[in-house]
Amino acid sequence: MEIATPNLDAVSIAVPERGLWTQLPRIGAGLGIAGLVLTWLLGQADPAQAIHSYLVAFVFFLSLALGGLFFVVIQFLVRAGWSVTVRRLAEHVMATLPVFAVLFIPIALGVHELYHWSHADAVAHDPILQHKSAYLDISAFHLRAILYFIVWSVIAVYYWRQSQRQDQMGAVSITRRLQTLSPLALIGYALTQTFASFDWLMSLDPHWFSTIFGVYFFAGSVVAILAVIILLAMALQRAGALHDLVTWEHYHDLGKLLLGFVVFWAYIAFSQFMLIWYANIPEETEFFAARWNTDWKSFSIFLAVGHFVLPFFFLLIRDVKRRRITLVAVSCWLLVMHYVDLYWLVMPNFHHEAPNLNPLDLTAVIGVGGVFVAVLATIMRRRPLVPVKDPRLAESLLFENA
Amino acid sequence: MKPYGILAEFANPDTLWQACERVRDSGFTHWDAHTPFPIHGLERAMGLKRSWVSLVVLTLGLGGAAAGMGLQWWASTQAYPLVVSGKPMFSWPAFVPIMFECGVLGGAMGAFFGFLGLSRLPQHNHPLFNSTRFEGFSDDRFFISIEAEDPNFDREGTESLLRQAGAQYIEMVEA
Repeated sequence: MEIATPNLDAVSIAVPERGLWTQLPRIGAGLGIAGLVLTWLLGQADPAQAIHSYLVAFVFFLSLALGGLFFVVIQFLVRAGWSVTVRRLAEHVMATLPVFAVLFIPIALGVHELYHWSHADAVAHDPILQHKSAYLDISAFHLRAILYFIVWSVIAVYYWRQSQRQDQMGAVSITRRLQTLSPLALIGYALTQTFASFDWLMSLDPHWFSTIFGVYFFAGSVVAILAVIILLAMALQRAGALHDLVTWEHYHDLGKLLLGFVVFWAYIAFSQFMLIWYANIPEETEFFAARWNTDWKSFSIFLAVGHFVLPFFFLLIRDVKRRRITLVAVSCWLLVMHYVDLYWLVMPNFHHEAPNLNPLDLTAVIGVGGVFVAVLATIMRRRPLVPVKDPRLAESLLFENA
Repeated sequence: MKPYGILAEFANPDTLWQACERVRDSGFTHWDAHTPFPIHGLERAMGLKRSWVSLVVLTLGLGGAAAGMGLQWWASTQAYPLVVSGKPMFSWPAFVPIMFECGVLGGAMGAFFGFLGLSRLPQHNHPLFNSTRFEGFSDDRFFISIEAEDPNFDREGTESLLRQAGAQYIEMVEA
């Protein structure tokens, strides 16, 4: 079955063929290589600092791609109409996932620097770690990582390819198939990202555990991808693309989702905190003790205020979600806070007493971020920025907030 | 009998929309449009200002949250201080869920009663129900009503404005 689709001119659905956008793959690759090499060189003196900084940067950009995967799959699951014009941006972001398998190599090699449980002599004197040794085992850790990357890559590449196959054929059957597969994809995503966050972040403190941790990581990654979609669409519109395709109605809704997930993040963060605080069991409270009874305290307060209190009241205002400057500002702010959040999860395991910003934190972000931007910009070039033959595109273009 | 105002019937949403814009541009303030289903953007064609409901919700939501926290503070530190699981008297983290729920309750009450209040509901009856033709507003008809108490209202002028705007049928409704 064919469905009439609106007329879209070639200019508005492609990345601009001039200015910064054409240079982005090269700029990103240059910065990425420079950042990674610098991290490696500077890291010779302090390998443990280097790999911890790298982990934060890696997880930050990975969470954007994973957030993109969630955003795309959930749109198919709920058969959303409003989001069709911005869905392709998230599809391109999630299509970077296979690259993260390569970027994971330093972490796979740096297991001993990062994870206390990987030292056999430490486990030998530690009954708790002996108890967990079936799971916290180096080869099991590597095998699980391979499994995560396979699942993510398969889902991301399949959805990305099929969505673009529809650009040419316009077959509604593709939308139907992606909808049918979406519950499966979502379950696969939920399990893998939960255990990936257990493996790579939670096991930094191997005595500690929190069953809600995967949801916490998920909440932050959705906040981040919504901010990225808003910023990508704004930047492309500034350069003359997506004209009339992404309207203030779409931005308003993305802003509302952003508000929703800022609240959701706080809800999950507080749920994790309150149960641990209330039960007051040492093996659970050590996580918050390390972040509250030390000089990390003000950093923790900054996270709670900056990731929840300020953006919550700011995003409540309707005009904030419907004006360029305010929406861009709050999106950038939340991306920074997402990095702060991950830094807060990782670094107290290394700098036990106080936050200790290091040049390696910056070089690692430039390194991983440069590679991410280069891959994303390459993927986006010469490919439609909108699913031009999606059966719900017309509905999306006419979308208005009630 | 005193007239309530003029009721004009339109064939479809498009003509109603255009008529709303004309009525709006003529400066009327005491008037309304009646449709069997919501028409997105009609509030702009009618020149309606933003509703106050969201401010009512915010105020009652924050008030509810403050009241919820305040009640727990008062109960556990003033009225009946009791040490629970070795924690301080004012253990605010334990009070946050109740504070949150009270905030939600206040906000929901604000939305419900704020909407009713601003819509001047409930009402026993409305003069427009004096028109039998008006029953169609919940079925397949589109109406504009202009009240006689509007300062711009004058019987012939308003009637001809609505007729020019494409009204199929016009009726004076008694108060």
